[in-house]
Amino acid sequence: MSGDAGVAVVDEVPGLVDGTPLLKVRDLTVTFSSRNRTTVRAVDGVSLDVAPGSTVGIVGESGSGKSVTSLAALGLLGRRGVEVGGSVEFDGADLLHMPEDELRAVRGREIAMIFQDPMSSLNPVLTVGRQITEILERHRDLKGNEARDRAAELLQSVGIGDSLRRLRSYPHQLSGGMRQRVMIAMALACSPRLLIADEPTTALDVTISAQILELLRLLVAETQTALVLITHDLGVVAGMCDTVHVMYSGRIVESAPRRALFAEPQHPYTTGLLASVPRMDQPRGNPLLPIPGSPSDTLPWSQGCAFAPRCTRRVPESVGCPPPLLHVGSRAGRHLVRCVNPVPSP
Amino acid sequence: MSLLEVRGLQVHFPIKRGIVLERTVGAVRAVDGVDLAVERGRTLGIVGESGCGKSTLGRAILQLEPVTAGTVAFDGEDLARLKPTAMRAMRRRMQMVFQDPLASLDPRQSVASVLSEPLRTHGEKGPYDKRVRELLDLVGLPSSAASRYPHEFSGGQRQRVGIARAIALSPELIVADEPVSALDVSIQAQVVNLLEELQERLSLTYLVIAHDLAVVRHISDDIAVMYLGTIVEVAPSEDLYARPLHPYTIALLSAIPIPDPEVEDRRERVLLRGDLPSAADPPSGCRFHTRCPYRQPTRCDDEVPVLRTPEGFPGQAVACHWAEQVASGQLRPASSPVVATAPDG
Repeated sequence: MSGDAGVAVVDEVPGLVDGTPLLKVRDLTVTFSSRNRTTVRAVDGVSLDVAPGSTVGIVGESGSGKSVTSLAALGLLGRRGVEVGGSVEFDGADLLHMPEDELRAVRGREIAMIFQDPMSSLNPVLTVGRQITEILERHRDLKGNEARDRAAELLQSVGIGDSLRRLRSYPHQLSGGMRQRVMIAMALACSPRLLIADEPTTALDVTISAQILELLRLLVAETQTALVLITHDLGVVAGMCDTVHVMYSGRIVESAPRRALFAEPQHPYTTGLLASVPRMDQPRGNPLLPIPGSPSDTLPWSQGCAFAPRCTRRVPESVGCPPPLLHVGSRAGRHLVRCVNPVPSP
Repeated sequence: MSLLEVRGLQVHFPIKRGIVLERTVGAVRAVDGVDLAVERGRTLGIVGESGCGKSTLGRAILQLEPVTAGTVAFDGEDLARLKPTAMRAMRRRMQMVFQDPLASLDPRQSVASVLSEPLRTHGEKGPYDKRVRELLDLVGLPSSAASRYPHEFSGGQRQRVGIARAIALSPELIVADEPVSALDVSIQAQVVNLLEELQERLSLTYLVIAHDLAVVRHISDDIAVMYLGTIVEVAPSEDLYARPLHPYTIALLSAIPIPDPEVEDRRERVLLRGDLPSAADPPSGCRFHTRCPYRQPTRCDDEVPVLRTPEGFPGQAVACHWAEQVASGQLRPASSPVVATAPDG
């Protein structure tokens, strides 16, 4: 399992799919720099594949680079002080080097994104209807009543009743769950082939969150849309995703089909996360085993494992050279882990 | 005698119209008739979704919110009847831990100053250095933290400072409002464990308010579930997951994702329709009837259910007319039309 020091070990690609993936991210690197400060590498060599009709989860805490990964892949980070390396291919087209107007067309029509806080993603001075018809006019060439009727249909499809009247509402007149539904309706306006949902339910109450997740689940099942779900909640991942990537400090540290990940987690960070959240379905007396330290106690990947300062399974080999992401067991199992001293299977 | 006893507590916020001739046109019934009791050394968890009134309830118990009706008795004394000086003395015995430690700590105050302020305010004589070191030690921070400022700490450490401030006056009751929800997942367990440890060492009584049922269940002996200003169910923590009785509790529990695919794939979800109704105009009869999948004609719409112990479930209390029938499976939930068909191309 341990890579020889001095020999460059190349990471395996997690979630590699048979046939052509819809989204193919290779060695994505994002570096932020400001004039007088040191640079920060937010994403550090992330590779992953997303197949049509599949749901891929990216799990991590704040600062793990999970959101920056998706923003960089879609060219949404801006240019000043940001350096993006690697490659991102959507259906064979290179997104990172695409002219801005072409990229904008792909983003509107083929790829859609929903964010955590719908209030800051919706325009407060336009009605919901106007915001949806705008998309339909721009990308679908629908006009007037046609666009309005289609917008009403979209609202209906995400479970908003009385949709013709709702089209005339402003965002502030809607509840949080309703706003997130509007965001999803807007994302679906062009029947995208890829939907990226960044913490779509974190700002919502549990019962509303369950409604939204059910909606996304049905959407994937019925339309073969590929879904990338970015979240910090392992519970959400367990019920939704086909493949899960766990990120820590900018890199994927473990990646596996969801059943394998939860049945045999191998990275100490993954097992640490699982042991630190109380579970509703287990007896109450079980003590919580927190991960010591905080996410800011980190080591640059170039000097070894970033998780080593907080890791209880740290060995001398954890520090020195960066651990590679390698297969656990057979390749067919698609279970990869970046650790020199992984947790043995139960 | 319970350390804390709340009877018929109501907190209504008036809705005003007009600028010159201001008049009250209604009220937001944030807390609307709550009864609860917490025994010394125990932990009562209060859960509910945003807008259910749980934070207002916590603040009203500490007399930080004007009480419209009802009583809050602490150690047998009705807090509303206390004179200001007596109330001030009483405040030493009950303290609060807030959700966001960055917002509740003054950025220009060093930790030593934050921790000695309650001592100074309540007339303890200085120097406070020894007590500050003691407090830091209790919450697991190094004594060097005393000279540092809130921004120099991580979220988890800041919450430790917030907790140290709350225990500075050796209180008996601590009201913790969402004590871990602003923290990263890997840090939450540290703070939960600290709260448990302190409870044991200092024999504290806790009222923990949170929306995360899994966390609340972990630290609480009993749990009260709130919906739209009222308590709909109270149960020992062990029983609540095993046999929730109120339809709202059932839906709430089934909505919580569990980090285990085997469990997730087998679960039966009870999805609720729509959103929380307005607390300014709560539904008639049972407040939950507009979203309840078990709603029965007329009685649920007309008659307000009282919190009662249903037959065969000693130790639990539920405010539902049909709790027994729901528990026995005699009533089945109506399937909820949460999602319509997906859009076609």
